[in-house]
Amino acid sequence: MFNPTVAMLTLRATVGRRRVLLFAVPAVILIVLTLVLRASHPAAVLWPDQVLGDFGFSVLLPLTALIIGTGVLGAEIDDGSAIHLLATPVRRSAVVFTKFAVAAVLTMLFAAVPELIAGLLAPHSGKLALALFTGAVAGSVIYAAVFVMASVLTTRAIALGLLYVLIWEGLLGNLVGGARILSVAHYSLGIANAIYPDQSLNAGLSLSTSVTLGIIVTVGALILATRRLSAFAIKGEPA
Amino acid sequence: MSSVIDLTNVSRWYGNVVAVNDITMSVGPGVTGLLGPNGAGKSTILHMISGFLAPSKGTLTVAGKSSWENPDIYRTLGLVPERDSVYAFLTGEQFVRATAKLQSLPEIGAATRRAIDMTDMADAAGRRISTYSKGMRQRIKVAAALVHDPEILLLDEPFNGMDPRQRIHMMDLLAKLGAEGRTILFSSHILEEVERLSGTIQVMVAGRLAASGDFRAIRRLMTSRPHVFNIRSSDDRRLAAVLVGRPYTNAVELTGKGLQVRTSDFGAFCEQIAVLTRDHGITLRELLPTDESLESVFGYLISSQGN
Repeated sequence: MFNPTVAMLTLRATVGRRRVLLFAVPAVILIVLTLVLRASHPAAVLWPDQVLGDFGFSVLLPLTALIIGTGVLGAEIDDGSAIHLLATPVRRSAVVFTKFAVAAVLTMLFAAVPELIAGLLAPHSGKLALALFTGAVAGSVIYAAVFVMASVLTTRAIALGLLYVLIWEGLLGNLVGGARILSVAHYSLGIANAIYPDQSLNAGLSLSTSVTLGIIVTVGALILATRRLSAFAIKGEPA
Repeated sequence: MSSVIDLTNVSRWYGNVVAVNDITMSVGPGVTGLLGPNGAGKSTILHMISGFLAPSKGTLTVAGKSSWENPDIYRTLGLVPERDSVYAFLTGEQFVRATAKLQSLPEIGAATRRAIDMTDMADAAGRRISTYSKGMRQRIKVAAALVHDPEILLLDEPFNGMDPRQRIHMMDLLAKLGAEGRTILFSSHILEEVERLSGTIQVMVAGRLAASGDFRAIRRLMTSRPHVFNIRSSDDRRLAAVLVGRPYTNAVELTGKGLQVRTSDFGAFCEQIAVLTRDHGITLRELLPTDESLESVFGYLISSQGN
């Protein structure tokens, strides 16, 4: 299922470009913000939940996942180099799974690990940091599957992903309870909240619901991406 | 000759636009050229054969199997796409080696070296592809497509961007591969490339197969078509009278700007026109062949097929 050559090509194509600097921007903002607040409000109790929970799960995690997830395969499809990979007998399921695995690990590195570091830097938040890290790891996996799928389905994956993150998750997910059923951020919060229950994290889903829906969405997205990639067609010019 | 690639009544359309219209062709071992002007549907045909496009209608098989949604076909098929995008961050050697690994070859190092040597890229193999010229990129793509020693090789406009020396080397390589019994199908819009390399051609125009078969027969058909010249001279009326009696003249018409002559023998007409005007004391001021584009040649082939 996992193809090391595909992983090597993906990793070099993704990390080797200047876009890698873009991955690090949200993470750097989170850590710097945490340091500033720790210096200015060392005794405050509320801000670690708000900064790590709200900013971490609403901005850092989805945006990092979006840039990485849509890039690992979508960039190759856009520039045409994917044809060199697809004109080989490698199973399409292996291509999708490997791209997904690389995207998930990179998202963990650039979103979940900074979340853990910021959590450990914040005062009195050791258990909260662990809970948010676990939630962010789960979120990295689910988001990676969703955004890899989006990049195979459409050339406008980044725009659609932004709409999903900002409108569906950012707005509807907080206003309409039912929208959380299809919100990766709420799956992640649900998992984090089960480890460290916290009212301000605003998890609207239970652990079992979050885990079950997270698995269904991940597997479903990977199956759909594989089926779509199996029927990959070069965009032709009419005669 | 048994065929390796078979298309039967294959059509491909995009919305209301027909890119390939009811093509039936067979391609066997050896080098076959797919000739036609830009936009004729050559790339669409190659994309369908290589499994990167589904026919809208008809059946298409490669080595007896459908190539659509069948990645196993790439064990016996190599593809050199026209688009210039490769993994530019890799060196040429890394690119070919990665392709060998994706093919799960048993001896990756030996296969990589062999493919690089075949394409004369050994000297540049250690450099990043981003530093390559267009011709070098073409050759490294060919090396990657050859790394698993495929029975079938498809190349979309392979000579684009190559300098004359690289072009000759690539032609020799493809000729050698064809002589070994492999099936080589390449597209080109340049008649001379196809003429030099392939004994068999498939001529496409506007999505249709205009001619198919031995190159020499099709070339004869091309050169024997009527040619039209516009002429201006010191005495158009007398020149018209002189030309009317010649066997290679089909028709002569006096126009407001001079003469328009239709001839069935391009070579004889070009040889004789200067001699005739000199012998009759007529000064030739202008001699213009009209509509000598490849499109007009192909258009003639289509109309002659219909008759």
